[in-house]
Amino acid sequence: MHNVEPLVALRGITKSFPGILANDRVDFDVYPGEIHALLGENGAGKSTLVKVLYGIHQADTGTIQFGDRAVQIRSPHDARRLGIGMVFQQFTLIPALSVVENVALFLPHLPAVLDHGVIARRIEEVSGRYGLAVDPWAPAWRLSVGEQQKVEILKLLLARSRVLILDEPTRVLVPHEIDGLFRVLAGLREHGYAVVFITHKLPEVLTCADRITVMRGGTVAGTLVRAEATERGLVGLMFGTAWPEEGSSRREPIRESARPLLELREVDTSGDGVSLRQITLTIAPGEIVGVAGVSGNGQRELGDVILGLTQTAGGKKIIHGQDATRWSVDRIRRSGVAFVPEDPLRMLIVPPLSVLENMALADTRKYARHVGLTVDWIAVRRDLEQSTRRLALEMLPPAVPAGTLSGGNVQRLSLVRELSIDPRLIVALYPTRGLDVRGATAARHLLLAMRNRGAGELLISEDLGELFSMSDRLIVLYRGRIVGEARPKDTTVYEIGRLMTGGVAGG
Amino acid sequence: MSVPFVESVLLGAILSGMPVLYAALGEVIVERAGVVNLGLEGVMLMGAVTSFASTVRTGSAALGVLAGATAGGLFNLILALLVVTRQANQLASGLALMFFGAGVSALLGAPYIGSRIAGLNPLQIPGLAHLPYLGPLFRSDILAYLAIPAAALVWWGLFRTRWGLSLRAVGENPAAAYAAGYSPPAIQYQALFLAGLFGGIAGADLSIGIVKTWAEWMTAGRGFIAVALVIFSRWHPLRIVWGAVLFGGAVALQLQFQARGAPVSPFLLDTLPYLLSLGVLLVWAGGRRHAAPASLGRVFEGTK
Repeated sequence: MHNVEPLVALRGITKSFPGILANDRVDFDVYPGEIHALLGENGAGKSTLVKVLYGIHQADTGTIQFGDRAVQIRSPHDARRLGIGMVFQQFTLIPALSVVENVALFLPHLPAVLDHGVIARRIEEVSGRYGLAVDPWAPAWRLSVGEQQKVEILKLLLARSRVLILDEPTRVLVPHEIDGLFRVLAGLREHGYAVVFITHKLPEVLTCADRITVMRGGTVAGTLVRAEATERGLVGLMFGTAWPEEGSSRREPIRESARPLLELREVDTSGDGVSLRQITLTIAPGEIVGVAGVSGNGQRELGDVILGLTQTAGGKKIIHGQDATRWSVDRIRRSGVAFVPEDPLRMLIVPPLSVLENMALADTRKYARHVGLTVDWIAVRRDLEQSTRRLALEMLPPAVPAGTLSGGNVQRLSLVRELSIDPRLIVALYPTRGLDVRGATAARHLLLAMRNRGAGELLISEDLGELFSMSDRLIVLYRGRIVGEARPKDTTVYEIGRLMTGGVAGG
Repeated sequence: MSVPFVESVLLGAILSGMPVLYAALGEVIVERAGVVNLGLEGVMLMGAVTSFASTVRTGSAALGVLAGATAGGLFNLILALLVVTRQANQLASGLALMFFGAGVSALLGAPYIGSRIAGLNPLQIPGLAHLPYLGPLFRSDILAYLAIPAAALVWWGLFRTRWGLSLRAVGENPAAAYAAGYSPPAIQYQALFLAGLFGGIAGADLSIGIVKTWAEWMTAGRGFIAVALVIFSRWHPLRIVWGAVLFGGAVALQLQFQARGAPVSPFLLDTLPYLLSLGVLLVWAGGRRHAAPASLGRVFEGTK
């Protein structure tokens, strides 16, 4: 099918880390003008492969051919000189600097004295061509996640990259932003750029990729063109088994008359980000309330206010029938509230501490012995194992610092830890973000099982499919207000999507 | 208030403020690159003693300033070796450098205690030097005239050049700067050397510009005031000018009170400028979002 030469050809790439063979004799080609998806479970070796290509890792053996010559890529600097650029999952924008300055930092041949206006014009020119509109003068901390990603891509384009590597670019985006990204990628393909994007979401691959390389256990399980790829076939390659069972054991919620676990009455907040306005909300035992919304419309603030991380500026918060408006975080947690935060590495997990130590932090009183002078590590370990088993996850290595775990594993740890206390109320922000298909299914099963045992849950998610399949009720947040409420069976994805983007109900 | 009183306070504000300004301009450069230099006091002392000794030996105040600046720059490279290359704790290393500087300067300066020199000559600006109130400002030495342009130059360097952009990137997120192809250790070395030059000039301004004598620990905490000024200016070189003049004014004011025999303990009056600094920090601390360099004081461990 290809009458052109590959832009980059990796041959026989083998890379091992202590204890694991991350890449085992991997061959991988990238052609100009193609979108090449790299598909696989967490730990299949996708990230390692692209990091070899981008010069962050050096392969133990194997060769890299760039155009018609063999090259050594020893650092990201080398990679960029060849025209290979990468957008990481964690963006590398510097919040205090403006978009212009962030882009300038990345430009090769930057003059010693900067002309910000010239750089801004170049940004506008390129962003106009590919639909990457963003205000060049805004400081990066003011940009939404979607805009930050646009800037990351702009950086590469302005630095004349021809091969763009995107590591799970859709993970942080909401549905309409994902469509926007795919349009951008399609535009880039038309202009002859090569795009490599890593994902573990099948529908995305089938929508936007020209070719698909599936990795499993550090090797290439297969490379297909889109025409010959089917969902079933790809799953077969990814797991080497059948599609993992996704059946939700739904059950009617406990009658409405039960005393609510959580009540918010006309809650307002004020603060740096979005302010919540007049939020009135109840969560009953045995009920999942789903929160839909484009990220940055008050989801994080809602979670924070329930957990007591931010104080209300007005209104009332009632937990288990008691006025909890002024309760401390500690008191709220002890009353049986679990929190799965948006960014576990910042909010929940202490990176330098081991997995086991992080587990113990869930309830230090429970594990304290001898008036708090010692810790019952055996009990901590037992709970870690039990909770892991219940989630049907693989056991995490207890002695490893949590900060060295992969993104998916950090999310696992935060679920394992928070759900181990058998909470009555669970506030979960994006609980399946970063998990592969199997992990996400297990997490959803567990959340449903907790609900069936009588826990109330607030599920904040960007995945409308997840919200529709799990929630008993849905609310929609837009600019800090609840703009709609419905039962999933009485509404449609289209209707919710319209409310999320500021449309009016019914009209 | 009498004309001499106002004149003295104004003149004092400039005279006492400018060494602090030079020192703080150096400190803002290193802090923007992510390093806190608590050893600034020691750097100033090294600059002061070296410039004084050189002036005595050579008879040239210009050579003295040059020697002081060089000594400051080289002295700061000790800190660079500790905190950049050896990745030692910045606060502990800075304090050690301060005491080291105090000790070495006392040793080097011992033969010069009591020496008097002509120092830097005042340059009169024709037409302005005899204005009422403002006149004394235009009878200052070259270092006093250059201090405020130096602040503008530092601002330009930090915010309008490639070097400044890469330096600020290192102070915010060295990993991102590294990924962009810059070397955080190299930039921090450059920043520390440059800051040392400024610290050395600050010391020279004090010993051969203002006091024209050498005394042990003659900086009397000005290095630390400079560090505080950087914080209260929210890491902005132009705002530092105001802080430096304010501090200098407080020094001059308390000297005038003492000279006029105000019925307050001189020890208490001595603390006035420092009380003012404390007050300013109390009011301005915290500050706005993204004012402090995000990676200030952290160790860049490279990319493994």
